[in-house]
Amino acid sequence: MSDLLLVSTRKGLFSIRRAKAGRWQVGAVSFLGDNVTLALPDARDGAWYAALDHGHFGVKLHRSEDRGARWEEVGVPQYPEPPAGHVEKDLFGREIPWKLVRVWALEPGLASQPGLLWAGTLPGGLFRSGDRGATWELVRGLWDHPDRQAWMGGGADYPGIHSVCVHPDHPRRITVAVSTGGTWRSEDLGATWAVRGQGMHAAYMPPERAGDPRVQDVHRLVQCPARPEVAWIQHHNAMYRSVDDGLTWTDLGKPPLTGFGFAVAAHPADPGTAWFVPGDKDERRIPLGGKVVVLRTRDGGKSFVVLARGLPQKHAYDLVFRHALDVDGSGERLAFGSTTGSLWATENAGDDWITVAEHLPPVYAVRWVP
Amino acid sequence: MEGGHNVCLMPRVVFTANLQRHVPCPPCQVAGRTAREALDQAFALYPRVRGYVLDEHGVLRKHMAVFVNGRPAADRAGLGDPVQDADEVVVMQALSGG
Repeated sequence: MSDLLLVSTRKGLFSIRRAKAGRWQVGAVSFLGDNVTLALPDARDGAWYAALDHGHFGVKLHRSEDRGARWEEVGVPQYPEPPAGHVEKDLFGREIPWKLVRVWALEPGLASQPGLLWAGTLPGGLFRSGDRGATWELVRGLWDHPDRQAWMGGGADYPGIHSVCVHPDHPRRITVAVSTGGTWRSEDLGATWAVRGQGMHAAYMPPERAGDPRVQDVHRLVQCPARPEVAWIQHHNAMYRSVDDGLTWTDLGKPPLTGFGFAVAAHPADPGTAWFVPGDKDERRIPLGGKVVVLRTRDGGKSFVVLARGLPQKHAYDLVFRHALDVDGSGERLAFGSTTGSLWATENAGDDWITVAEHLPPVYAVRWVP
Repeated sequence: MEGGHNVCLMPRVVFTANLQRHVPCPPCQVAGRTAREALDQAFALYPRVRGYVLDEHGVLRKHMAVFVNGRPAADRAGLGDPVQDADEVVVMQALSGG
């Protein structure tokens, strides 16, 4: 069970520590004032990584060997020069630069792959580091795949890889999810790729394209660590579950309230349990009725309960981004943070929520330290 | 030099104070006959600064600006603006909110 949480915000990286039962405190802050878009505590060697977006000065990556006391800038994914005369364009003819815009996913390899890191980025490149982030290499098998031309920006101007899942039993099997571009699978540590996943429906596309797996706006993909053949997706217009390792996806139907949202968390051991944080709808990205809730299923998505105890139930306009919900290794503790700087935690799988902070900077990502 | 100032006849490169917060890079005197050459010399002194000012293709980042003696560099893409001894190359950022 984890007592420590890393919260990446628009103005710094905050450590949140459990002082005692039901009591959580804001602790040390790293990079105060700077835009921290993601953090990764690596269970393999204890290192922490933080991705920063300095705007004018570009995107940087830092690593700490002492749990945030000191940070060292390491390498950052770099796009190669495009071939001479090549102008990259998305589905609608808008130009896509071959330049790093944002680190949008940061995941470790397995325990058997020390030093291996994966970084998903905007505008759509997947990068691999074999040396703990010192150097990065663009995964050309995916970047050069002709079907990548079907990708496009969703909320951002450019497509991006926001979810990277490494199969715990098959170290060479990598699955990534793209907004907007579906889910992709490599069986050979990234050398070759194929789009994957039937059953999703893109309501924002013309009918003849709605079932195309390459245009699905997957907002977040997570897998059950103990049963990785079970995975969950929060999609732009629905919630999905797969029980065949992402080959086919089942629409979870009409949940209570709404099926729109960004964040989903999979229980570490129970393949039937997951949590979603719903928003009202695409064109109104706030909690339905100004009430912050979490949806939990324990039966594989057949039914949901609305978890609201301890969460604000009037005039709350907190949106929760895709990386801003996380569950710890026990499945009992979860935390989520919002665009308006609220942070909540639970110690009983969501039955009761504790307000940890109400005035943080906008929260981009929340991650338990294992 | 008796009765005079100790003037160093080399271009001077100055980075915005906002950059100093991330990477120490005090003003430096460098060789170079263009703004780009002067900057490259400065990056040799402060290797980490390069990635803050230029992108991965060596191009001036979109929201960065280079001035030579108070004037915006005319050649933004190549930074080929000539610099003379005692000229000053200043690297600034555009103002932004947030």
